[in-house]
Amino acid sequence: MKAKHLRNRWLGLLPLSLIFFLSGCGQLEMTVLNPKGPVAQSQYDLIVYSLWFMLGIIVVVFALFTYMIIKYRENRPGRKESDYDPNLHGNTTIEIIWTIIPVIIVILLSIPTVTTLFDLEKPPVPAAGEEEKEPLVVYATTADWKWFFSYPEQDIETVNYLHIPADRPIEFRLSSADSMSALWIPALGGQKYNMAGMMTTLYLEADEEGVYDGRNSNFNGEGFAAQTFKVYAESEEEFNAWAEEISNEAPELTAERYDELLAPGLTDVQSYSNTHLDYVKHHTREGMGYVVEKYREQFKEKLHLYEIEEQESFQ
Amino acid sequence: MAAEELKTGPLEYRTQEGQMSIMGFWIFLGAEVVLFATLFATYAVLFGRTADAPLPSELFEPGIVLIMTFLLLTSSFTCGLAIHEMRRGSVKGLIFWMVITLALGLGFLGFEIYEFVHYAHEGATLQSSAFWSAFFVLAGTHGLHVTLGIGWAILLLIQIKQRGLTNVTSRKFFIISLYWHFLDVIWIFIFTSVYLIGMVI
Amino acid sequence: MHITDILVTGEPIIYGAMVSMALGGLAILFVLTYFKKWKWLWREWLTSVDHKKIGVMYILSALLMLFRGGVDAMMMRVQLAFPDLGFLNSQHYNEIFTTHGTIMIIFMAMPFLIGLMNIIVPLQIGARDFAFPYLNALSFWSFFFGMALFNISFVIGGSPDAGWTSYTPLSGAAMSPGPGQNFYLMGLQLSGIGTLATGINLMVTILKMRAPGMKLFHMPIFTWSTLVTCFIIVFAFPILTVALALLTIDRIFGAQFFTLTGEGLPMMWANLFWMWGHPEVYIVILPAFGIFSEVIATFAKKRLFGYNVMVWSMIVIALLSFLVWVHHFFTMGAGAFVNSVFSVSTMLIAVPTGVKIFNWLATLYKSKIEFTVPMLWSLAFIPSFILGGVTGVMLGMAAADYQFHNSYFLIAHFHYVLIAGTVFACFAGLVFWYPKMFGHKMNERLGRWAFWLFFFGFHVCFFPQYFLGLDGMPRRLFITNVAEWLPLNVISTVGAVGMALGFVVFVYNVYYSFRYSERETTGDSWNGNGRTLEWATTTPVPYYNFATVPYVDEIDPYVRMKEEGKTTFEEDEVKPIHMPSYTGQPFIFMALLGLASFGLIFEWMYLAVFGLIGGVVMMIRRSFDYDDGYYVSVEEIKETEKKARGL
Repeated sequence: MKAKHLRNRWLGLLPLSLIFFLSGCGQLEMTVLNPKGPVAQSQYDLIVYSLWFMLGIIVVVFALFTYMIIKYRENRPGRKESDYDPNLHGNTTIEIIWTIIPVIIVILLSIPTVTTLFDLEKPPVPAAGEEEKEPLVVYATTADWKWFFSYPEQDIETVNYLHIPADRPIEFRLSSADSMSALWIPALGGQKYNMAGMMTTLYLEADEEGVYDGRNSNFNGEGFAAQTFKVYAESEEEFNAWAEEISNEAPELTAERYDELLAPGLTDVQSYSNTHLDYVKHHTREGMGYVVEKYREQFKEKLHLYEIEEQESFQ
Repeated sequence: MAAEELKTGPLEYRTQEGQMSIMGFWIFLGAEVVLFATLFATYAVLFGRTADAPLPSELFEPGIVLIMTFLLLTSSFTCGLAIHEMRRGSVKGLIFWMVITLALGLGFLGFEIYEFVHYAHEGATLQSSAFWSAFFVLAGTHGLHVTLGIGWAILLLIQIKQRGLTNVTSRKFFIISLYWHFLDVIWIFIFTSVYLIGMVI
Repeated sequence: MHITDILVTGEPIIYGAMVSMALGGLAILFVLTYFKKWKWLWREWLTSVDHKKIGVMYILSALLMLFRGGVDAMMMRVQLAFPDLGFLNSQHYNEIFTTHGTIMIIFMAMPFLIGLMNIIVPLQIGARDFAFPYLNALSFWSFFFGMALFNISFVIGGSPDAGWTSYTPLSGAAMSPGPGQNFYLMGLQLSGIGTLATGINLMVTILKMRAPGMKLFHMPIFTWSTLVTCFIIVFAFPILTVALALLTIDRIFGAQFFTLTGEGLPMMWANLFWMWGHPEVYIVILPAFGIFSEVIATFAKKRLFGYNVMVWSMIVIALLSFLVWVHHFFTMGAGAFVNSVFSVSTMLIAVPTGVKIFNWLATLYKSKIEFTVPMLWSLAFIPSFILGGVTGVMLGMAAADYQFHNSYFLIAHFHYVLIAGTVFACFAGLVFWYPKMFGHKMNERLGRWAFWLFFFGFHVCFFPQYFLGLDGMPRRLFITNVAEWLPLNVISTVGAVGMALGFVVFVYNVYYSFRYSERETTGDSWNGNGRTLEWATTTPVPYYNFATVPYVDEIDPYVRMKEEGKTTFEEDEVKPIHMPSYTGQPFIFMALLGLASFGLIFEWMYLAVFGLIGGVVMMIRRSFDYDDGYYVSVEEIKETEKKARGL
């Protein structure tokens, strides 16, 4: 019986382990909990805010639970007659209390959720004292299983890597040439879907220079794991210099070349001195079927992907 | 359970089995409502996505649809008369009105098939666009229900010839009448929200 | 078509599976023939319309599927912990997580719970059987053949590989050609028919066949949870039926609902799928709540706290379950307003759920807790489920969900609610009602081993996954190619091994208890602590269930019956009992529809039409079937009862 008693105590250790794990987070440097931009920051704030409520709930329930199973187990030594009341079956006051408290918690969670939701539809507001910058427009288009980033202002296009200026909002215009995917750069903020036949907008911003991981987070077939890209956040000057260099030195993206790239498969990083935006508009009803009609046969073939490192084409 | 049998009230409700079957069928109709609601919602969402196929306003004709509506509404009425006769205990009246109901139903089906074939000739098929897929599947599901209803009713007519009015046969006819009225209601929605709106826009 | 085009070739693991399936099949055939059990199988099981036998068949199938889905899970865990082995390639991994998800939800969780409902609900309300026993058999066989279809996919034709959600356009004909995805569509469609029929059947049973005097608010809480679940089934499953049918028509007949051509709208699939899919989540969790309520009240030896609140909270959860589907794709860009509305409705579900948790805790207050195996599973549910519940609320906060979506945070969350909720309940319910089903209990000591292995394994497996999600690891990733993710994945795999061991011990316990457990002599198996009518009849339960049905006008009727010395065998009141006849029709009918589905999967239209015509013929036969069953004589009932009660 003693062993059983101890085991039940074990359950009580769960909340402790949670706190232990959470304190471990700091060392583990988990991406979502280390925001590198205002969008990720606002989501981080929301997560941490909710986490306090959740911890509160967990502590209350675990404490009550531990108390009940220790105090009211049948063969606890020293049980009293008054510890058993088989006919106790309800209490309106207490039911109302434990209905109202969760309602209040839901209200407290809803308010920042809704305000954050509306904020995320707009470019991030600059910190106090800084000037408001026009967002940089980047068209992020996916095709199985690669990323095209088109910069209409600079008239350049990159494949599978992304350069952005830090401290300036980026307006991503997301679309897909075929399957549904999602642009996710956890260090900079949450994701949104890329869909053929429509365009979604996602605002992100880096407030620290650095290299971040970006990927497609929505499963879309065999090459899904390889559909990643690096994000280079750099100063405005460096970014402009880079754009200038691509514009001058990279080859032209012809319509034929773009068609080749659209075929399902993996590709290494590439740069072009113009964009594909004039060739085909994947986000329109007319353009959304372009790839599946053109490459109907290729979609039947398999990649037989084992380890991504072994794929030479992929870096 | 079946042992306890009421002595009064409509035949189909006298045994517990009868009551349960009818209740079960009502719940089934509830599920059917959800099924058709989903199809209607699909149709509404895909409205306007005709691609290169003809527009509904170019193809929908008021005449034929009005005839179909008239046929089906009348069949619902005659189906009601059939059940009325059944409640009076008249097997003959029941069979007579049920046969009329089926004839009207067959007429409806004939016009619907003609209509589908006609649209296909004009270049609107299941495959032509999202809108036409939704149209054919919505109207077709209703048409399939009517077809099944006709087949089912024929089986019941054979049974009533063999067995006369009993707790069981009257229950079966009562249930098929529920089914038939339900199809009528669905058609009214198809008539208004598919054909009338499709002709205007 | 050549045979090698149909069989899946080139994968050593699949060859192994083929061989073991063939050997297993041969072994079963041999045993049946050797012991001359074919007739027995057909007469006692395949043609049975007895709700208890059908329930047992449901549970056996579900355990088999738990094994299959578990093997899938273990293969994924091995791949993720040892990515350098090259154990699975991307395609194979994709097939495995697809079948894992589909099997666990559709062919494990639901049939397990429906099996328990089958056996227990008629007993709890004092009914002879289901309202429509024939339809009940039909439901089971439709599930069974749907399951069989889905499971043969990996040796014949290839498994579906677009995830259990099967999002279009990926799952459409253009990007997933071939039979794989058709297996998913037809397997689910066929078994879905059965689920809908069960929903209607149980609803009528509960509404019309209760013991005399038993009002709705006298019903046992598990029966209540079944009724509410049936309501969800009836209103949610037709949506799945339509969604699957539309995608099938797309794939096989070239329609344009979810295609990228012809102005189709792929996103509509996600909407239709989750309009069914979210209520589905509550289809598998509400019965679990019912089971926990029964077990906790029984082993706390106390009335359930706040019975009315428990019932109403289930009704509220059922209604809300239809209003939250968008939270599965907040990231689709529906706009801040839409996301806000669905965010709030999602979080509101936490209120009735929280109320239930507090009521369970209050049931423990001033109780006498006895730590039996079913009680261990039920108690472990409370703290474990809370961890899943609070993270569910966090996921419901749409703005934060942009970071959680599609990540391991989400994976951890839904395994926490589905395993700690549904799977724990399946184990709790099975162990709890095991003596009712088989006439003996499961061994306690082995039961504890199974519980503790599974319980710790579960937490070790899924708790680290929250942190993997926060570190940006997406779901459905076949390779752990970021070094920081590896350690937690290894821990997770260790936990999965623990769960697997727990399952093995559990299955061994079935065998061990069959051999060595004491046979039950009374109907009230748990030391006389039974509270509801299923414990009032004898064990094993006679096929007519109750010789006489008592008058019931309170919540736990058997407690007072015991005090007053009443039984379900009042000798003077015994009357002949009407019973349905066994029939092989449901089996043949659904086998034919299974054949038709198989034809559709490979687009062999002659086979499909043949199967469908066969199905229609079976329906016509049924329409002319006036078999009214038979009566059990008073003498036989008295004899059976006296023997079982030792009178």
